[in-house]
Amino acid sequence: MSLWEYANPVKFMATSGRILPAFAVAAAVVTLAGVAWGFFATPEDYKQGATVKIIFLHVPAAMMAINAWAMMLVCSLIWVVRRHHVSALAAKAAAPVGVAMTLIALFTGAVWGQPMWGTWWAWDPRLTSFLILFLFYLGYMALWAAIDDPDTAADLTSVLCLVGSVFAILSRYAVNFWNQGLHQGASVLRAGAVTGADTEEKVSNVYAVPLFVSMAGFVLLFIALVLLRTRTEIRARRIKALEARARMADA
Amino acid sequence: MSLLRAEGLAVARGGVPVLEGLTFELAPGEVLVLRGPNGVGKTSLLRVLAGLAEPLEGAVESEGAGYAAHADGLKATLTVRENLGFWAELHGAQVGDALERMNLAALAERQAGSLSAGQKRRLGLARLLVTGRALWLLDEPTVSLDADSVALFAGVVRAHVAAGGAAVIATHISLGLEEARVLELGGYKAVERAAPGGFDEAFL
Amino acid sequence: MRALLIRDIRLAVRAGGGFGLALAFFLIVVVLVPFAVGPQPDVLGEIAAGVLWLGALLACLLSLDRIFALDHEDGSLDLLATAPVPMEGVVAVKALAHWLTTGLPLVLAAPVLGVLLHLPEPGFVWLTVSLAVGTPALSVIGCFGAALTVGLKRGGLLLSLIVLPLYVPVLIFGAEVARRGVEGFAVGTPLALLGGLAAGAVALLPFASAAAIRINLR
Repeated sequence: MSLWEYANPVKFMATSGRILPAFAVAAAVVTLAGVAWGFFATPEDYKQGATVKIIFLHVPAAMMAINAWAMMLVCSLIWVVRRHHVSALAAKAAAPVGVAMTLIALFTGAVWGQPMWGTWWAWDPRLTSFLILFLFYLGYMALWAAIDDPDTAADLTSVLCLVGSVFAILSRYAVNFWNQGLHQGASVLRAGAVTGADTEEKVSNVYAVPLFVSMAGFVLLFIALVLLRTRTEIRARRIKALEARARMADA
Repeated sequence: MSLLRAEGLAVARGGVPVLEGLTFELAPGEVLVLRGPNGVGKTSLLRVLAGLAEPLEGAVESEGAGYAAHADGLKATLTVRENLGFWAELHGAQVGDALERMNLAALAERQAGSLSAGQKRRLGLARLLVTGRALWLLDEPTVSLDADSVALFAGVVRAHVAAGGAAVIATHISLGLEEARVLELGGYKAVERAAPGGFDEAFL
Repeated sequence: MRALLIRDIRLAVRAGGGFGLALAFFLIVVVLVPFAVGPQPDVLGEIAAGVLWLGALLACLLSLDRIFALDHEDGSLDLLATAPVPMEGVVAVKALAHWLTTGLPLVLAAPVLGVLLHLPEPGFVWLTVSLAVGTPALSVIGCFGAALTVGLKRGGLLLSLIVLPLYVPVLIFGAEVARRGVEGFAVGTPLALLGGLAAGAVALLPFASAAAIRINLR
């Protein structure tokens, strides 16, 4: 029993069809539990008040925005090396989910930033990096949409994903450099004061536990959505193949 | 010794198999004419033989070929000689008498953009002479050529073959190459084979 | 390979080759900036380095779709693929030709346009240096985008969408060098990073571009 068996669309469709409902239910339950716990059962922060509670959406969404790209990278590599169609289609399926997560992270960040920093948007390195990640997602999806032949599209988007990953990481460091380079110490906004690692350290247990529940919920949600979308992409691909065969029979 | 070997070749167009089970060999001095109705896969087969596309199955063995398709790769703002000189230098060869042989010497300093369709085609075919390749793969080489030019080109192919070269030609009209072998592609159409489970790895 | 370089440069400088278009675009962008932000020399001087970098980047972007699209249309790309030269070399040479006909003129024009924007005096050297180091990276990255979209009928807008995010690190480091130059700070660190980035891109991206071309020719 090897993992590669699921590279066969038949096997994948059968198995994913069986496990998808379980993931969907688990995602709904855990996400709702985490968010509700966070919203209604935690105290207000002594400094941030009720606004702190947006963390239960913001952090999990930001985490999945990056993980979705990482998954696309792995799937692209599998396609390039082993040429399993399901892998390429899973990468295609993950992109819109990743975009949605990126937008949620950006939007909740803005809503959080307004009362905290007094501005909807700051060119903080973290926020900027997410904006750039959003642009990478757009380019990747646009390339998928522009190419007719599915295998060519899978090949070219994989190359873009590999090269884009390198440049996304470069951009992350460049943006860090850029902001510190200009505003070293002058900024009132401390880089990463809201979303980043240094908050995690300060987050007390009251917030940490529901946050982890919410994060687990978002992981389940992501898996359920990607499974669903991959199934859709496989069916769409199947229709394309059948149409091509019909055309061939006509000729 | 052969210039081209195709072994159990299957060819796809746009991901759909069109030809399969092609096995042939081309020795120096031979001409192979590909025939078949539109859409049978002549162009796809030639692109596979030229190494531009991967075969679905099977293998192609050759040491590189001079390839000429519908587009001649001419640059309108370069002169006839510059166009040809570029390809000659790229293949590490000389222009030599290629222009004379395709009856283009008088046009050598004209810009390629000002040539007629037939003259452009002759220039595109003259490029074959400067590739220095023994094997020529020709996709409808006589399109837009008049009768005289077709005869001229047939003579060039004959001379090339007589000098130890070989050619695979997809064409509808007779080039008057009586020694040519003919391959009817209609007999190699790919039959559709549905996978038992409905889906297989290639979705076909 | 030398033949290809000469041919591409020849094609670019002959009528209809588009040589000078990028330069003209660069000039127009710079001329429009004072209309948008006002003519005060101190305001212009403060943004000059960034505007010149952005203008050069956009001018470079404009000419990218010509790198492979024309060769793809007239069949040259097929014939290049069957010629006894590696596709990686073809891509690298075409990127070099693009830089010589687009990037280099932009580098040379930038100081002149800097005068129009009241670029402070210490900035001229570093603006030119940063563009000289950064524009080759813009050419090879753009070449990669052009290779990805070469088979598409209307790839122009998509090309921009794909290439612009890839330009972010080059723009950040390049403009940083120019800005630090203007303010008289040490430029060593961003210049080293820009140089490293450019060298890495020039060395590695032709392989990705060649892979994309081969996929598109299938």
